[in-house]
Amino acid sequence: MKFEKVAQAPVAASGQGSTLLALRDVGKVFSNGVTALSDVNLTIREGDFLSLLGPSGCGKSTALRLIAGLSTPTSGLLDWRGSGSFDRSDIGFVFQEPTLLPWADVFDNVWLPLRLKGVSRARAAPAVMEMLARVHLTGFENAVPRELSGGMKMRVSIARAMVTKPRVLLMDEPFGALDEITRFKLNNDLLELWQGERFTVVFVTHSVFESVFLSNRVVVMAARPGRVFREFAVEAPYPRDEAFRTSPAYAALCRQASDVLIGAINSTAGSHHDGH
Amino acid sequence: MTAIDHPAVTLDPEEARRLRQERLERIGRWLLPLAIMILAIWLWDRICVWNDIPKYILPRPGVVLQTLHDDAGLLFSSLLVTLKITFLSLALAVVGGVGLAVLFAQSKWVEMSFFPFAIVLQVTPIVAIFPLINIYVDNQTTKLLLCAWIVAFFPILSNTTLGLNSVDRNLRDLFKLNGATRWQQLRYLRLPAAMPYFLGGLKIAGGLSLIGAVVAEFVAGATGQSSGLASRIIEAGYRLNAPRLFAALILISLTGILIFLVLSLISHLILRRWHESALKQER
Repeated sequence: MKFEKVAQAPVAASGQGSTLLALRDVGKVFSNGVTALSDVNLTIREGDFLSLLGPSGCGKSTALRLIAGLSTPTSGLLDWRGSGSFDRSDIGFVFQEPTLLPWADVFDNVWLPLRLKGVSRARAAPAVMEMLARVHLTGFENAVPRELSGGMKMRVSIARAMVTKPRVLLMDEPFGALDEITRFKLNNDLLELWQGERFTVVFVTHSVFESVFLSNRVVVMAARPGRVFREFAVEAPYPRDEAFRTSPAYAALCRQASDVLIGAINSTAGSHHDGH
Repeated sequence: MTAIDHPAVTLDPEEARRLRQERLERIGRWLLPLAIMILAIWLWDRICVWNDIPKYILPRPGVVLQTLHDDAGLLFSSLLVTLKITFLSLALAVVGGVGLAVLFAQSKWVEMSFFPFAIVLQVTPIVAIFPLINIYVDNQTTKLLLCAWIVAFFPILSNTTLGLNSVDRNLRDLFKLNGATRWQQLRYLRLPAAMPYFLGGLKIAGGLSLIGAVVAEFVAGATGQSSGLASRIIEAGYRLNAPRLFAALILISLTGILIFLVLSLISHLILRRWHESALKQER
């Protein structure tokens, strides 16, 4: 697959966009009594690439499901007022697994969100083919998922989430199961996509390196109960490429982020003795 | 790529042995059952000759074959009657089984309420129910159909219900996120996901509908009201016409095998591109 470089103007690291969504004192308690989230306050701005970073059990996936509307908060509220008119179709979701329809080929999988909105195959074709080109999968329209590698399946999943041109892309540890080489490549391609259109991304990960490489803002979360521990901006300009990945600046940023994460982990009572 | 595509490649002894093994297995898969079958028929023939068994007790295979040929008109018209019941009941089982499964899938409450009835219907031996059906239903064909249907519909119902309920959680969320209607979720997600389960049920139901049809004919045939293969068997039994009995039996089992093969082929054709069950083992 060829990696095409699109001419892009360098972009300032910290987005200056208007507020898209504000989480105000959001809490979530499950029916089994577990407090997944407690008093989460978080502002997501238009054009942000925001990572939710934290150990497992810190509620980052729960937060993402709340934002997606797949789940409702127990307390607090999600304030979309800053976003103008906003509805579900403005959200694209990429799951931890590719979550493709195994019986449908690549084209049909990417067509699905449009199909559910009543767009015919012929009318959807240009958008689907364009999206496939942008994730470097041109020529694979007729392949079924089992014929694809893990990385390619994830590309299909991203294309499917993006085909409706959503304003917000929610990603739940999408590259966690991939090998490092594939993950780096998908990181680069995702950034390329994002810089092309400047949609908003909320990206859940437990990798310090991934969060620093991708995002302009990192929100570190702590567990038991799941809460926001600290938030910081990643002060490095875009576009970020392979050179950035090996630069001292990146290493220093990772070190800082790592220190915050360790602080978050230590802030959880009893975590030192916690093997699981 | 296997080594067959590249004859130039030299194989080490281990790989060569494996390749030989594979070839042998491929041939053996067909040859062995065939050889055993021929051996068994030959032995059957020899036993008849060695022991001087009269043909009204155990006819020689050649005699059975001859009967199959001589009585072809009678036997095949009876087979047609049995086949009609078999396929009609299988079709009704598909409609009823899938229809009920879809209904069950609409609501857990419906499933909880009615599934036990389906089980009751399944576990009660059909031979025991038939006298009741005989009282309530007048039409001969309807009687037989009902019988065969009761036997055949359950595997389709239970498998399809399982399939409709085994949809990946994330995929369900994806449909929800995209505002899919109930109907869209059924059409584009749950029905395709249930397909392998349904086809598994169909394979079982195919055999059962034949069994159901024959059993129903047996019970009905005892009163001389049926003209299917089962009644030919009963008739032949009364007349000590063992060759015809054997011929009818062979026809029934060949039909069963054929139904199974056709349904397996259909299943393979539908699933071959995506489902694990239809994929060749990869090493």
